[in-house]
Amino acid sequence: MRGELHYDAVVIGAGTAGLVAGARLAEGGARVCVLAKGVGSTHLAPATIDVLGYAPERVTSPSAAVEELVAARPDHPYARLGFDAIAEAVRWFSERVAAGPLPEYRYVGDVERNILLPTAVGVLRPSALVPETMAAGDAASRERVCIVGTRSLRDFHPALCAANLRRAGVDARSVDIEIDVDRADQNSLGLARRFDDPAWRAAFAGRLALKLQAHESVGLPAMLGLRDPHGAWSDVQHRLGRAVFEIPTLPPSVPGMRLYEILRSTLRRAGGRFVLGAEVVSCDRDGSRVVSVATRSAGHDAHYAAPWFVLASGGFGSGAIELDSRWATHDRILGLPLRGAPEPGAPRFVSDYLAEQPMARVGVAVDGELRAEGAENVMVAGAALPGAVPWREGSGEGIALASGSHAAQLVLARSGAPAGAAA
Amino acid sequence: MSGDGGMGGDGGMGGNGAMSGGVLEELMRGSLDHCVKCTICETQCPVSNVTPLFPGPKYAGPQAERYRVSGEPSVDSSVDYCSGCGICSMSCPQGVKIAEINSQARNRLKQQKGFPLRDRIITRPTWLGRAGTPVAPLANLTIDFKPFRIFGEKVLGVHRNAAAPEFAGRRFSTWAKKHPSPPTGKKIVYFHNCGTEYYEPWEGEKVMQILEHNGFEVVVPKQDCCGLPLQSSGLFDDARKVVLRLARALVPYVRDDPDTLIVGNATSCTLMLKREAREILSLEDDPDLKLVSERTYDICELLLELHDRGELKTDFNPVNEHIFYHAPCQQQGHWIGKPALELFALIPGLEVTEGNARCCGIAGTYGLKAEKYDIAMAVGADLFGQVKTSGASEVACDSETCRWQITHATGHKSVHPIDYLHRAYGL
Repeated sequence: MRGELHYDAVVIGAGTAGLVAGARLAEGGARVCVLAKGVGSTHLAPATIDVLGYAPERVTSPSAAVEELVAARPDHPYARLGFDAIAEAVRWFSERVAAGPLPEYRYVGDVERNILLPTAVGVLRPSALVPETMAAGDAASRERVCIVGTRSLRDFHPALCAANLRRAGVDARSVDIEIDVDRADQNSLGLARRFDDPAWRAAFAGRLALKLQAHESVGLPAMLGLRDPHGAWSDVQHRLGRAVFEIPTLPPSVPGMRLYEILRSTLRRAGGRFVLGAEVVSCDRDGSRVVSVATRSAGHDAHYAAPWFVLASGGFGSGAIELDSRWATHDRILGLPLRGAPEPGAPRFVSDYLAEQPMARVGVAVDGELRAEGAENVMVAGAALPGAVPWREGSGEGIALASGSHAAQLVLARSGAPAGAAA
Repeated sequence: MSGDGGMGGDGGMGGNGAMSGGVLEELMRGSLDHCVKCTICETQCPVSNVTPLFPGPKYAGPQAERYRVSGEPSVDSSVDYCSGCGICSMSCPQGVKIAEINSQARNRLKQQKGFPLRDRIITRPTWLGRAGTPVAPLANLTIDFKPFRIFGEKVLGVHRNAAAPEFAGRRFSTWAKKHPSPPTGKKIVYFHNCGTEYYEPWEGEKVMQILEHNGFEVVVPKQDCCGLPLQSSGLFDDARKVVLRLARALVPYVRDDPDTLIVGNATSCTLMLKREAREILSLEDDPDLKLVSERTYDICELLLELHDRGELKTDFNPVNEHIFYHAPCQQQGHWIGKPALELFALIPGLEVTEGNARCCGIAGTYGLKAEKYDIAMAVGADLFGQVKTSGASEVACDSETCRWQITHATGHKSVHPIDYLHRAYGL
């Protein structure tokens, strides 16, 4: 057919789950193409690897808490994946970060113990793995901290952050620092590009040093460079003579951009194709199989045919799942059946915005292997899966890594791609 | 991920369905309601990352658009600093037509403020080509002549240092007339653009030889500019006339033959035919343009598809070189990934470094303009640095203006990706 390309596997979505699935398929020797309507959710998230943070109380050890969750919630993605798959995916991720395009940049931590890091508003939030540039924010370190902000970064308020940290038992204070910027409204990305410049960050550190007191570590909004964050972070620590840590900001998320670049580069280095701007608009089916998907490319639709598809399109947040005006939910990508919606007549939403919304567990219905119901050659990964509420559980990246990895491994095993190529 | 490109339907727009121009413009504009202020476009914009003169696609696009009222003075002039590269629209996970909204806002702004004479001249490659070709040696000397360039900057506003191509002194179409394709019954229409016609006729010769090697009978219709330079400078009325004239020239070759495709090697010009003229110039109503749009292929897109079907000859000789590949913004705007890389992988011995810089800065005529030259060079600095440190001997890039900019800034020779296929075929 005109306009058709063939692959061993096609992945839909370029968030963490999709990029991980694509990279691991490519590493396993499959000819893989990742299709994405736009850049994925990495740019909007802190880029910490949250495996399990709340169940529902704050979790100290993800490994222990996951076992309990698996027993209690058979509908949860973790129940189908199992703890070993999570641990394996997290190990793979750490290795790929270390081998990635950002020199010496690492993630630290493990699935045995959660690290408590401050958010931009000074709340302590549990994560299993964190960028090294954030690690010194660990509340367990019991250090005195100085939260540093700048007026031109209007979404970060150091005094608010420090006040809330004090409430949480951290000895924290705050300072504001004037910096030279060429626009009144600067975001963390604009500042991160400045931090890539050694002369600029030396001047910054020089000015900040005058405001610091003895025996306190420094918390900065996450803006310590894009190109060489390890270098920028180490340099600032060295110049200040103390531990420095990044605090995730409102989007754009600089650590999230680094994470995207690491995963995208891992996919490309392994030989995977990546097509951005490729919104899936329809699919061809043959009974219980998806044969190909069509994307809206310029002028004419492009068709991507494969024996296997990985649906890593996200949930409500990305627009992949919609709730229409008749209260019906749809998978807008492949039209697959969903699961997890409240029974007819039961409340769909509750008035407390931050409570768990009954609609929140909706996802694409899957079998025990995370294959889509009604489409035997479609694996589902990430936030498209039903049964979880990642933002409340603090489980988003754990689900994305483990389900993306699982999808790749199952496809590789079933399609008989060259063995031994996978790491 | 799914949806309707943020255009409010429920898949009804799938397959690039027909829609009236005015309605389309309103839907482009209406897509701004899908903006969730996630800032992903801001992270991707090559221009706002180097200059405060452009506040970024989110501010200039979906946010400022709410304050632009038909018939009222334009709220800002910063949108003129958008280079129109289109990366924002490609990156938007919600399908907001950011670049298209900005292009239309620039058109309205310029209608109010007036168009500089420069914009009316440098956007007419056909005029320039016809004037320069017969007197190429003299014209090329003049282009290199500093006092003339300073004069051109002062009077016209074309930057004295901007990359300017040299006239080849011969026209591709003249060569094509003397070298008709042998009839094979497998016809393909070749849309060579102005760059091939006046500046790089050898690129067109290579395209024809590659296609003929693969059994095609290449038809070269009489043709003219696609109107992209006019469109990107905001001269929409002129751009519409020019692109429709081209569509009328091409459509007779494909109208009655569902198997015949149009192929081009100038990726920005094929994108203009495929999508930009329809969306930005609101020409969705024109049936000729629609048919041409659906049949038009970028050369690498076509060759990759042929390979997928087992119809591309792979009698490639080794090309033992290390090259750097930059996929230009306009190539990325086809939303087909980077087919050139897949083709390179077929050539034995060819080592390719894939750049990950976003843009070379030139954006067609943007980087020629005196007030934007420095911005364009700053935009391209990332790419130029990658080229220089890659150790590659040459740069491959699908767009001619980007190639001229890259060579201007790095001194590295730059060629179209098909040059390596041509070399590997031994043609």
